Amino acid sequence: MGLETMPVSKLHAESSYDVADFAVPTGREEEWRFTPLSRLKGLHDGTAAPTGNVVIDVDAAPEVTVETVGRDDARIGASYVPSDRVSAQAYASFEKATVITVPREAVASRPTVVNLRGLGVGHGAAFGHIVVRVEPMAQAVLVLDHTGGAVYADNVEFVVGEGATLKVVSLQDWADGAVHVSHHHAQLGKDATFRSFVVTLGGDLVRLSPSVSYTAPGGDADLTGLYFVDAGQHLEHRLWVDHGVPNCRSNVTYKGALQGDGAHAVWIGDVIIRAEAEGTDTYELNRNLLLTDGARADSVPNLEILTGEVAGAGHASASGRLDDEHIFYLQARGIPYDEARRLVVHGYFAQLLEKIEVEEIRERVLSAVEAELAR
Amino acid sequence: MSTLEIRDLHVAVGDKEILRGVNLTINSGETHAIMGPNGSGKSTLAYAIAGHPKYTVTSGSVLLDGEDMLAMSVDERARAGLFLAMQYPVEVPGVSVSNFLRSAVTAVRGEAPKLREFAKDLKNGMDALSIDSAFAQRNTNEGFSGGEKKRHEILQLELLKPKIAVLDETDSGLDVDALRVVSEGINRFRASGDTGVLLITHYTRILRYVQPDFVHVFAGGRVVEEGGPELADKLEDEGYESYVKASA
Repeated sequence: MGLETMPVSKLHAESSYDVADFAVPTGREEEWRFTPLSRLKGLHDGTAAPTGNVVIDVDAAPEVTVETVGRDDARIGASYVPSDRVSAQAYASFEKATVITVPREAVASRPTVVNLRGLGVGHGAAFGHIVVRVEPMAQAVLVLDHTGGAVYADNVEFVVGEGATLKVVSLQDWADGAVHVSHHHAQLGKDATFRSFVVTLGGDLVRLSPSVSYTAPGGDADLTGLYFVDAGQHLEHRLWVDHGVPNCRSNVTYKGALQGDGAHAVWIGDVIIRAEAEGTDTYELNRNLLLTDGARADSVPNLEILTGEVAGAGHASASGRLDDEHIFYLQARGIPYDEARRLVVHGYFAQLLEKIEVEEIRERVLSAVEAELAR
Repeated sequence: MSTLEIRDLHVAVGDKEILRGVNLTINSGETHAIMGPNGSGKSTLAYAIAGHPKYTVTSGSVLLDGEDMLAMSVDERARAGLFLAMQYPVEVPGVSVSNFLRSAVTAVRGEAPKLREFAKDLKNGMDALSIDSAFAQRNTNEGFSGGEKKRHEILQLELLKPKIAVLDETDSGLDVDALRVVSEGINRFRASGDTGVLLITHYTRILRYVQPDFVHVFAGGRVVEEGGPELADKLEDEGYESYVKASA
C-alpha cells in the first residue's frame, strides 16, 4: 500500500523524448509494479524488433483533414512529452505519424474513424504516433478502433483548442495474444471540452494511460472507461489528470468486469490539484465486478490537493462480486440464472454505455459484452 | 386446481434451526393468513419456499401439485407457479422495470409476449395500482419509496399470474391509501378462483381488505393454532403474548 503515501506529483515528475533517460523497468517501480513485464514482448527493454505492422486507415468526416507526416513535423510532441520508458520507445521508433485536424469553427458532420489493424503478433513490434488537433471553436467525434494481432506501442495527442469539443471513443478490441501499450494525452485550452470513452476487451496485455492537462481555465474533461477481463488477460488503465490552472473540471468513471482464472485488471487514478488550480472540480470512480473466483482487480485512486480552494474533489473505488440478492430477486421471478447474471452485468454497465454517442460503437460494445458473458 | 403442500418443514440458517416442523396445505381458491410475532419464523418460511440460498431445509417437503419444489432452483420454482412478494424488494441497478418485467414474463410463459400486448398489459397493470407510467423506465426498485416497492411487487403478481402466491408482509410500511390499492390488487389476483394465497402478516389491518379463509398462528417456528377469520379478531384483541409464552 505504499502508493497512498507517495505524492502524485512525485509519480509524474519524469518526462523526456529520449529513451535513454528512462532506466529499463525491473517491475519494482511504482509505475510498473502491476505490469507483467515478461509479457511485454520486449517493448520495455529495447529488445522488441521493430518489424511488426499495424495498418492505419482513416475514414474522415468531410470537414476534417488527415495527413501522414514524417518525424520532423513540428506538431508531433508539441503537447506531450513521453513519461515512461515504453512511451519514449514508441516516440523514438515510429516512422510516420498521422495528423488529424479539425479546422477552426468546423463542426464535423460525422465521426472520424481511425482503424488500427494489427497484422499479427508473431512479426515483431510496431510503433505509432497520432496527433489530433481540434482548432478553436471546432467540434468533432473521433473513433480509434484497434483490432487484429499486434505488439504495439504508441502515443496519441489530443490538442483541444479554445472553446472546442472533442469526443473520442477508443476501442481496444484486439485479437488474443496482442500486446498494446499506449498513452493518450489530452491538452485542453480555454473552455475546451474533452470526452474520452475507453473500451478495452481484447488482447493478452493492454496498458493504456490516458492523461489530461489544462493550459487555461474552463477546461472540462470526462474520462469514462469500460473493460471486460477474461481468463489470463491483463488489462491496465492508468489515469492521470493534472489540474494546473484554475476553474477546470474533470470526472473519471471506469468500470470493469472480470471472469476466469488469472484475469487481472489494474486501475490507477492519479489526480493532482496544484496550488494555482483554485476552483477545481474533480471526481474519480473505479468499480470492479468479479464474476468468478481466480480473477483479481487492483484499484488505486490517488488524489493530491495542494490548494485549499477547491470546488469539489473526491474519489471512490470498490471491487465486489455479483450481488446474490440481485440474482435471487430476478430468479424468484422465473428468470434463469444465466439470464439474471446477464441482466445484472448489463445494468452495471448501462449508465456508461449510454454515454457512447456513436450508435454503431455502442451496439458493438453491447454485443461484445454479451459475447463475453456467453463464454 | 393447484395445491401447495408443506409437510414437516425444518429450516436452519447456519447452525440455528428456525422452522421446526411446519405443516400447511393451500389449495387454489383459498386465502391463508399466517400471523405471528416478530422472529417467529414467518419470513423464513416464505424465503425457504422460494429457495433463497441463505436458508437450508434440513428435513420435510414442499410439493406444488405433487412436484418437489425443494429439488428445483429458485427460477424453476417460479416457473412452476410459485411467487414470493418480498417484504424488502431488491434494488437492481441499471435494469429498468420494463426490461425486468418483460424478462420475467418471458421466462414464466416460456415465450416472449408480443410487444404491443405486453405494453398494454403493463400500462393497465400500472394504472390499476396507481403507478406512474414513468416507472417503467426507472431502474428496478431503485429509489422507490416503501409503498412504491410493494405496489411494484403486486404488479408482478398480476402480470406473472402464479398458481400460489406467498405475500411476505406486503402490508408493512404502507399508509391507508397504499394499503387499499395493494389489497385491491391482491383481490383482483385471487378473484379468478384458481390461485391460492398465503398472506404473511404481523397485523390484522390488511385482513379487513383481504378476507382470509383460514388463519394460522405462527410461534417458535411452527403453526401453534389454526382457525377461521375469527381467529384474527381474537389476535387483534389479545395479541401474541400467550402463544409466545407457550412456545418458549
